[in-house]
Amino acid sequence: MVTQSQALQSAATAPEAPKVYRGDHLLVAQMVEPGSRVLDVGCGEGDLLRLLESRGVDGRGIEISREGVNHCVAKGLAVIQGDADTDLVNYPDDAFDYVILSQTLQATRQPRVVLEHLLRIGRRAIVSFPNFGNWRMRLQLLLKGQMPRTEHLPATWYDTANIHFCTIKDFVQLCDEINVKMERAVALDRSGRPLRFNAPWWFWNLFGEQGVFLLSRGKR
Amino acid sequence: MSDSALEAGKRAPAPHYAREADRPTSLVAEFGSDTPLRLDCGVDLAPFQIAYQTYGRLNADGTNAVLICHALTGDQHVANVHPVTGKPGWWETLVGPGKPIDTERYFVVCSNVVGGCLGSTGPSSTNPATGRLWGLDFPVITIPDMVRAQAMLIDRLGIETLFAAVGGSMGGMQVLQWASAYPQRVFSALPIACAPRHSAQNIAFHEVGRQAVMADPDWHNGRYFEHGIKPHRGLGVARMAAHITYLSDAALHRKFGRRLQDREVPTFSFDADFEVESYLRHQGSSFVERFDANSYLYLTRAMDYFDLAADHGGALASAFRGTDTRFCVVSFTSDWLFPTSESRTVVHALNAGGARVSFAEIETDRGHDAFLLEVPEFFDIVRAFLQSAAKTRGLPAETR
Repeated sequence: MVTQSQALQSAATAPEAPKVYRGDHLLVAQMVEPGSRVLDVGCGEGDLLRLLESRGVDGRGIEISREGVNHCVAKGLAVIQGDADTDLVNYPDDAFDYVILSQTLQATRQPRVVLEHLLRIGRRAIVSFPNFGNWRMRLQLLLKGQMPRTEHLPATWYDTANIHFCTIKDFVQLCDEINVKMERAVALDRSGRPLRFNAPWWFWNLFGEQGVFLLSRGKR
Repeated sequence: MSDSALEAGKRAPAPHYAREADRPTSLVAEFGSDTPLRLDCGVDLAPFQIAYQTYGRLNADGTNAVLICHALTGDQHVANVHPVTGKPGWWETLVGPGKPIDTERYFVVCSNVVGGCLGSTGPSSTNPATGRLWGLDFPVITIPDMVRAQAMLIDRLGIETLFAAVGGSMGGMQVLQWASAYPQRVFSALPIACAPRHSAQNIAFHEVGRQAVMADPDWHNGRYFEHGIKPHRGLGVARMAAHITYLSDAALHRKFGRRLQDREVPTFSFDADFEVESYLRHQGSSFVERFDANSYLYLTRAMDYFDLAADHGGALASAFRGTDTRFCVVSFTSDWLFPTSESRTVVHALNAGGARVSFAEIETDRGHDAFLLEVPEFFDIVRAFLQSAAKTRGLPAETR
């Protein structure tokens, strides 16, 4: 007879991962130590969670859409239907090693509060978001005089779920303000590849399509 | 009551439900006086019997057993024609070959709860000590008592660990109790449209039902069978009141609105002028045919007493601490009897305890009853959850 713990162990290696991963997902996965406990807030259809579980991470998710939750449950992932803005308050302190907010920050009502929760619930947080300071965005607004639309952010201003855009510079400022330590910061280009590692902030802010940050509590 | 009246009562043909109570149209596990059921009220119930049905086959490892826990007025006939009503099983849409709970893959067990009236020992069974029906002499039972009896049945069937425990409403309470009391014996748990405790409002509705039964002059202090009658009206009213709580205003409106029944104008009387009235009357009277009034009292009481947090020092998370069971909690948007907030309470407790839990709220206007109806999104999630759990458990892939 297969014991429960044996079965759970085999489960850790069970999920078959899709062959092609998004660049930001691969980067996030690299930041997570194997064997840790991870909460992915806004986990969508669970692609990142699957990638993480295939690397021996104990992953949980929160997802607002029922379709997303269904997909995740079908993949054997532990995902709860819920809203990052209202549900994080229910999680106890230090419940996870990492809490991930992948491409979700700009869709929250209170990004600052959410960020604070992330670092209360997890020892570390990984946040990725589209950089609104990217030159294409700036150029569209400058030349067209309209809210920018890109392949990553294709929705029009009135029907987008994204309500709090920020630039890499803005985000760094917020982290400063709430005393969050940036352990790693990476800007990704259009195809999800990291930009030059030693480039100055203004360069990232202008040319990065996304920012990915590994954060931990307090500088002091 | 005189003995001669009792004798006369014995000679009268026993009502159908009474025969089902002692000699059910299903499998029966008998437990002798050497294996009593320890009840929360302090009584040892022995001998006693549990009536159950099975579907599919237990695999060689004994790893594919799914226990289905029925709701307040359900029974063991989950996926076969009901012996009393002649209607299909209450979850036949969900349980069967190729269905979300696939009887070609899983060995499905469903037992009538202790205190029920379809063959598990309850108030309408014969008390072996006296030769009379138990009636109100039957000890008060609880949800943990029901689960303890089921565990004895599962032992008897040679099953060490359930692949899954599944149930809605009162059945969901049993699933939570199973996962809490026997974490090592439940690989995965699917509590649906339920709560970790019965709310004050729910207790209030149950009390209305019980008072309706007990106010019926035919109830005879619970010994109606000795008078050859049943408290039809009281139990019917109890069912009508309860049935409203199972639906939603939107569902009632969609189904009936304010339409009149077989007439153009109101009769200016207390006949069932409205369609919704005759629907409720029908629900009441058909229920009386298949259910025992005393069982209704006992089972509603068992739900009222249920409070999983209170059983664990007030902290619900303690009920699930360190569990390895995989959970999938499901609620329905229009369920006001067991609202989503109750399911979220369970989910938060499971999270706090580090449990592996998924949760989905299904959008429907069909109220609490949705868990008994064919709601595609609900079925999808049951299927998906069980399939992924089966894969983890090492059960063979689907045959079709």
